[in-house]
Amino acid sequence: MFDRDRVKRKGPGRYVVRLRPNEKLLVGDLVVQLREQLLASTDELSVRRLFPPAYPDDPERDAGYQVLTRDELLEHKLAALEVVERTLESGGELDDDAMTAWMAALNSLRLVLGTRLDVDEELPTLDADDPLAPAYAVYEYLGWLLSQVVDALSTDLPPPTSDVRE
Amino acid sequence: MVGVASAGPPAPLTAPVEVDQPVGNTDVDPEHPWVVIVWNDPINLMSYVTFVLQKLFGYPLEVAEKLMLAVHYEGKAVVANGTREKAELDVFRLHEHGLWATMQQD
Repeated sequence: MFDRDRVKRKGPGRYVVRLRPNEKLLVGDLVVQLREQLLASTDELSVRRLFPPAYPDDPERDAGYQVLTRDELLEHKLAALEVVERTLESGGELDDDAMTAWMAALNSLRLVLGTRLDVDEELPTLDADDPLAPAYAVYEYLGWLLSQVVDALSTDLPPPTSDVRE
Repeated sequence: MVGVASAGPPAPLTAPVEVDQPVGNTDVDPEHPWVVIVWNDPINLMSYVTFVLQKLFGYPLEVAEKLMLAVHYEGKAVVANGTREKAELDVFRLHEHGLWATMQQD
């Protein structure tokens, strides 16, 4: 499965994502699942990972932050999922915004799955018949795909605007 | 995004007892700016974290990589600072990108 690049940069702000049929099914399923989870307002740890605290030591201020940002964060994540869903089948050309939405969606999927698996930086070597093997394989696949999106988008980053921090 | 911090006068050095202070008036204090911290997590890709720091803060690649490595090996790094309102917006943008970011007063 990991033999060929799936994400190509055709030119400035022009990208193509070409997944194989089984990968499209997988990504499409994951997107649907994540949307359901996000809309279910579940308090699951894996979904909470997408809404981190800004003020971990100040519950009152953090509550204010969550109130003001949660809906916008949620909207942002749902919109990214929608772009993936819409462009998954077509295989057509993506602009910067669409490619960035893919990046956001793949990262959300990875964060939720990785949190659910409670992954460490070193992934375990599992037997093929280990019940967790498929989930880890999906997790690795998402990372593989995401890194290609990051590479493609990195080429088109605008020139640095900030001086070197001390 | 609308910042939580409201525009208001600088907080007095010693808060009077039992006086209703508007919440969020602590964003103007040049001696103690707010710092935005990104924490290490085992999920976000190193290349992704580097990319996000370049994109959001306009850092050159070398600076973004240095910060990313600090996050990775030291567990956290200050990636930005400023008023409370600016820090909160930075945290929000980092959260949009799935990074584990928090803020605190230096």
